[in-house]
Formats: sequence, structure tokens, C-alpha cells
Amino acid sequence: MAAPDFHALANPLRFQRLAVALTPWLLALGLGFLAVGLGIGLFVAPPDYLQGETVRILYVHVPSAWFAMGGYLGMMLASLAAMIWKHPLASLSVRAIAPVGATFAAICLVTGSIWGRPTWGTWWVWDGRLTSMLVLFLLYLGVIALIHLHDDKARGLKMAGVLAVVGSINLPIIKFSVEWWNTLHQPASIRLSGSSIHPDMLTPLMFSAVGFLLLFAALVFMRMRALIAEQRLEVRSLRRVARAG
Amino acid sequence: MPHLPFIVAAYTVTLGGLGALLMLSWRRMKRAERALDGEP
Repeated sequence: MAAPDFHALANPLRFQRLAVALTPWLLALGLGFLAVGLGIGLFVAPPDYLQGETVRILYVHVPSAWFAMGGYLGMMLASLAAMIWKHPLASLSVRAIAPVGATFAAICLVTGSIWGRPTWGTWWVWDGRLTSMLVLFLLYLGVIALIHLHDDKARGLKMAGVLAVVGSINLPIIKFSVEWWNTLHQPASIRLSGSSIHPDMLTPLMFSAVGFLLLFAALVFMRMRALIAEQRLEVRSLRRVARAG
Repeated sequence: MPHLPFIVAAYTVTLGGLGALLMLSWRRMKRAERALDGEP
């Protein structure tokens, strides 16, 4: 079997064609998985023996945290690719991922705060996990600000890439914060070695996580399609001005 | 402490945030691609 030609996808127009074909599928499957996961999580899964019904916040809080972090990793890799190979699609990926990741991080922070009130008796505490997650959200905002607010667009994008790469040091801090510091946040329940979550709760969590992942991908594809179309419009209008001049 | 308001609030924030981002991204994409197709 021939290996897939990933270099072919590096062409923005080829990527655009692939994205056009995949976007509706990602959207439909993402919404489907999310509906099933949240439906089971809300109406079928049992309450927790300690937390009671509030454990149902798990099904939105945990996947948003996973993909806020996964999105940042993707943005960091795209920034590295943009720096090393100067590939236009890599820069577009950084611009497309940043607002999506920021939204997922915001959802994680707000739902975590809402979950904390009945569980810990407080909306917020400055412990390692919560603070490092807030830093992740602020890093996303920093990347977005550098992309949009710098007078020199190319330089702003370069600086945003540097921030994305440097800020990735925060990812292991988030991951290990619950082990390094004494924290209110519980340690990881799902590891490579196995899960301590009951299957009745793990199943809707996995459905919800797949839904979040597919919607994250759909959002990034939609934003990349918009950016590619906007860039082509800009090039056309510049050509028209050049011809007229 | 009643749990239901906290669950409703968390799901409203999540679905509202995701829904708004999906709608804005979809509209921006469609507007840009329509403008590209409509141009000579």
C-alpha cells in the first residue's frame, strides 16, 4: 500500500479541498458524539458516592481541559513548523487554533469554578492546577493579541509563535501540578496504565471527549478555510491595484 | 446546597461558548468563501 502523500496537503489549495470535504463530517460526528456523551452523562450515568449529582460537570470540564492543552501543543508544533520551514499553512494553523484553544480553556476554567463551589466550598483557589490552567488561558490571549495588535503583521505572527513555543513549558506544569504541589484539585483519574473511573462514568466521558475533539478539529478547519479565502481575496485585490497603477 | 443550578450553569456556559464559537466561525468561513466565489 502506498504511503499517504502528506506533502501534497501542504499546498493551501489542496488543503482547502480536503477541509471542504471533511468539515461537515467533523461537525456532524462531533455534535453526535457530544449529544450522546452529555445525554448519558446527564440522564443515565450514576451520581458520585461523595460529590453526588455535581459530578456530572465532569463530562464538560475534563474534555475542555484536555483539548485546551492539546490545542496548545498543536499550536506550539505549528509555530515550530512555521519558524523552521516558513510554511504558510503552519502560520495559518497558529492563527486558527489560538481562539479555539482560548475558548476551551475559558470553558474549563469557568466550569471548574462552578464545580468547585459545591465541592470545595469556594469558587477559586490559587493552587497549582487552577493557576497553571489560568496561565494557559492568558498565554492563548497573549498569542491572539500579538497576532492582531502588532503594527507589522508578519512580525506579530513571529512573536506569537515564539510565545506559543516558550509558553509550552506550562503544559507539563499543568499535568504534574497535582503531584508536585499540595492542591485541592484531585490527581489524574485516567492514566496510560488505566482508569480509576467506574465504566458507567467513563463511557459518557469518552463519548463527550471524542465529541469535543471532533468539534475542535471542525472549528480549526473552518477558521483555516476562512483565513485561506481571506488571504486569496487580499492577493486578488492587491493584483487589481497593481494592474490599475 | 442544591446541585442542579451548578450543573445547569456549567452546561449553559459550555454549550453557549461552543455554540457561539461554531456559529461565528461558520459565518466567517461562509462569508469569505462566498466573497471569493463571487469575485471575478
